[in-house]
Amino acid sequence: MSAGAVHSIETKNLNLWYGDFQALRNVNFRVRRGEITALIGPSGCGKTTLLRCFNRINERYGYVRTSGEIKILGQNIYAPDVSLIELRKTVGMVFQRPNPLPISVYENIVFGLRIHSPLFKWRKSVLDDIVEKALRDVFLWDELKDRLHVRATTLQLDQQQKLCIARLLPLKPEIILMDEPCSALDSEATLAVEELMLTLAGRYTVVIVTHNMAQARRVSHECAFMLMGELIEHTRTEDLFLTPKDPRTADYIEGRYG
Amino acid sequence: MTLLLVAPLVLIVGYIFYQALPILSLDFIFTNPKDGMRSGGIWSPLLGTCYLVLLSLAISTPIGVLAAVFLNEYAKDNWFTRMVNLAVVNLAGVPSIVHALFGLGAFVLFAGLGKSILAASLTLAIMTLPVIIASTKQALAAVPMAFREACWNVGATRWQTIRHVVLPNSINGILTGLILEVAHAAGETAPIMFTGAVFYKAIQEGDLFAYGPFDQCMALSMHLFTISTQVPGVPHALPFGTAIVLLGTVLMVNALSIIVRTRLRARKKW
Repeated sequence: MSAGAVHSIETKNLNLWYGDFQALRNVNFRVRRGEITALIGPSGCGKTTLLRCFNRINERYGYVRTSGEIKILGQNIYAPDVSLIELRKTVGMVFQRPNPLPISVYENIVFGLRIHSPLFKWRKSVLDDIVEKALRDVFLWDELKDRLHVRATTLQLDQQQKLCIARLLPLKPEIILMDEPCSALDSEATLAVEELMLTLAGRYTVVIVTHNMAQARRVSHECAFMLMGELIEHTRTEDLFLTPKDPRTADYIEGRYG
Repeated sequence: MTLLLVAPLVLIVGYIFYQALPILSLDFIFTNPKDGMRSGGIWSPLLGTCYLVLLSLAISTPIGVLAAVFLNEYAKDNWFTRMVNLAVVNLAGVPSIVHALFGLGAFVLFAGLGKSILAASLTLAIMTLPVIIASTKQALAAVPMAFREACWNVGATRWQTIRHVVLPNSINGILTGLILEVAHAAGETAPIMFTGAVFYKAIQEGDLFAYGPFDQCMALSMHLFTISTQVPGVPHALPFGTAIVLLGTVLMVNALSIIVRTRLRARKKW
């Protein structure tokens, strides 16, 4: 995987079908490394589908056919020698509803490590450091340092969502995909998660799907508008919102549909 | 309301227990039936039932649970899996006497096992299998999709997801299904009548390994049927004593699995 490239994700003529239904049409999409890119568009336009392509997780959801090419960090992820495990470690995902596993906060964070080296005896001090670092990175350490062994599903929703982000970090991902990460949170918690996203940018490439245009404006560097499985327009966020080139983008931004 | 639910249970068990009281003792459990089954204990049928239930469960549990895991976690929705699911549901509704005839044909005659504990256990296993598959599938389906997604997205394989997340979170439901089938297998008379159970057989008293897999055996359910309908002059308390031991055996298995269940839960740091 080539380092230093400008784009972390590149798709070429990407098409995707669920059975007979074509969900993505000729998508050519490039995501700049270290930036936050927002995907906006009305429901059912293929935003989430596109997001799920990037770590090939949509293959677990049943019949999916794709054509075209996706390159993550310069590597074609449909090449036969690609390891899905490595791919999913490199490209982590955060969901609409926080989904911590019903185990302790601590175990949630080290879960990935344990999965990937089941025979390796992790030293407790090493794991402790990993947990502390991950929680500090998502600003949860001060709140949770005395509650590392409570069940993660008993936390507040915004804490759960941050924990879901923290859970990815020990695997040293390059890209973090977020599928409407704030739609289950109240406005205050949303702001906190947005702030967190801004601090993650730079170290990680972030792609976020959102229904909330104000949010896309607040957090993203680039923004892409999708409609009926097509990528209509993709440019710097301020340009997309101030001077959209495509009339369909303009209509959507002005709230004529969606 | 609770009383209404509990009352029948208490009444039934209480009545049987009261009727059985004159005969209940350790001797009753540890001696074979005597005098043409008009006196003595129930050691031979009790041990036979234990053998049948344990062996049939040892056969049907791994097959049933793995089948359910396959159907729920791996199989895609196509005509084959739809056929299998349909077959499972329909097999669960087949009367036990039909299973008995199938067991007689398939295991006793065709496979050449003869009337034996093994043939009877296989028949019981076939009978319990669909219910085990159905209940396990239900328990697996109750595990939220979000848990699996969380697991996949840190790069876990399907099997790791099942092993670390799906099974630990559905083990309660799976065990509940198995418990029900213990009671079912212990209570059924028809499937074992043609395939391995006999009216009378004396074995070494107190020897837990008195039966071999190719022996025929007595069984509590069939013994109860025999002494209450086929043998004249059986003392009143004898069938009731047999019934209470059958009930007690099933309850003991249930209690055991509840203990296992709480142990499993306590091990997790939830």
